Amino acid sequence: MNIKIKSENFSFYYDEVKALKNVSMDIIKNKVIGIIGPSGCGKSTFLRSINRMNDLIQGARCEGTLMIDGKDIYAPDIDVVRIRRQIGMVFQKSNPFPKSIFDNVAYGLRINGVKDKDYIHHKVEKSLKDAALWSEVENRLSKSAFDLSGGQQQRLCIARALAVEPEVLLMDEPASALDPSSTLKIEELIQELKKKYTIIIVTHNMQQAARISDYTAFFMTGELLEYDITSKIFTKPSKKITEDYITGRFG
Amino acid sequence: MRRHFDEDLKGLNMDIIKMATLAEEAIFKSIEALKNRDRGLAESVVLGDAKINDLELLIEEKIIDLLALRQPLARDLRFLTTGMKINAELERIADLASNIARMVIELVDKPILKPLIDIPKLSDVAIKMVKDSIDAFVDSDEKLAKEVMLYDSRANALRNLIQEELINDYMSKDASTVTRGIPLLLITRSLERICDHATNIAENVVYMINAKVLRHNYQYLENDADKE
Repeated sequence: MNIKIKSENFSFYYDEVKALKNVSMDIIKNKVIGIIGPSGCGKSTFLRSINRMNDLIQGARCEGTLMIDGKDIYAPDIDVVRIRRQIGMVFQKSNPFPKSIFDNVAYGLRINGVKDKDYIHHKVEKSLKDAALWSEVENRLSKSAFDLSGGQQQRLCIARALAVEPEVLLMDEPASALDPSSTLKIEELIQELKKKYTIIIVTHNMQQAARISDYTAFFMTGELLEYDITSKIFTKPSKKITEDYITGRFG
Repeated sequence: MRRHFDEDLKGLNMDIIKMATLAEEAIFKSIEALKNRDRGLAESVVLGDAKINDLELLIEEKIIDLLALRQPLARDLRFLTTGMKINAELERIADLASNIARMVIELVDKPILKPLIDIPKLSDVAIKMVKDSIDAFVDSDEKLAKEVMLYDSRANALRNLIQEELINDYMSKDASTVTRGIPLLLITRSLERICDHATNIAENVVYMINAKVLRHNYQYLENDADKE
């Protein structure tokens, strides 16, 4: 098994509040990991810890280790910008920049100092193709990203994340604001993307977690209570509390 | 949300109990008809099968609706898939009771071949197994479900005994008994098949309770029972 991300006794605090409690889990390369749990269970905190998005919050600190390819993400000498390039993120609400479709995808490359126009062109096209959006936008790349539908905007954000060649994609409820057909496109896309990337997705939608993830992690009150193969979690979870949550008995 | 779903599940549970009660009644009546040479009772079992078939379809439709609309998971999913299988097993049990009743109709006008001793015993085992397997389903009682499975060997032994007696003591000695012996053999076979279906129900109940698959694995069951 090829472990991409390893969390060992990882805890996270917002001031005195312990939002994550000694989380230990191995995330295997090229798999989709679904994270489920009631609101406030720590799932988004965990996701955001992986690419150090929580660094910006005052009073936030962590204990334990979180590693990518065996390297400590929180080591003092680590280059945070590099980590965020390696670990891309897609949010619940699509957040395209007020720029053209092309410039949105090219943005990450340009701020990373890429100047070669042919290369940028090639990367933009490839990223849009990987995000299953190319055929819908190839004739209007110079149009504003805001002209796209909600589902297209979300795929544009995925293309933007892919352009800088990440290895891991973090997704925080990427389809919760989309209609069923756009949701299906995103879900199909995730299945394609896992061939190249390791994907960690937070979702409130049990059926979505069941459909798309290979492994599912159930968080509650900051603890990782159960982590197993998705089909097992959704047919015969080993803990009653997991079963009660996924069958809607609480949460 | 959950409250409505729970009510739907409860309603479904009641339907399955009703189906089981009708199936048990059909077995009981068909054997009573055999014992009392009661053509009317046997005919009522054959006619009653249509009602059980209708209920089977109704239950199946309800389960398909719940699967589609509620997208159940974990124990709810296991309850519904088990319910679907139990529903089919009960329908087959009722068909077998109806087959028994048809044989009874063939026999009532013919002279009695022998006093009935072991067939009623086998039918008692069959009714007990069906009843216990459904009780295990309703009460999520794993222990009772496993007891039902162990009863199946008793049913097989009784069937062998009846079969040997009918063939060796009657049919092979006197060819004129064959027209009465064969219906009795078929009744015996139907009763033993009913026990097999009750065993299937019990196995599915164990899966519903703890997600353990016991089908095709009796060795495991016996070892397990030894330990208890």
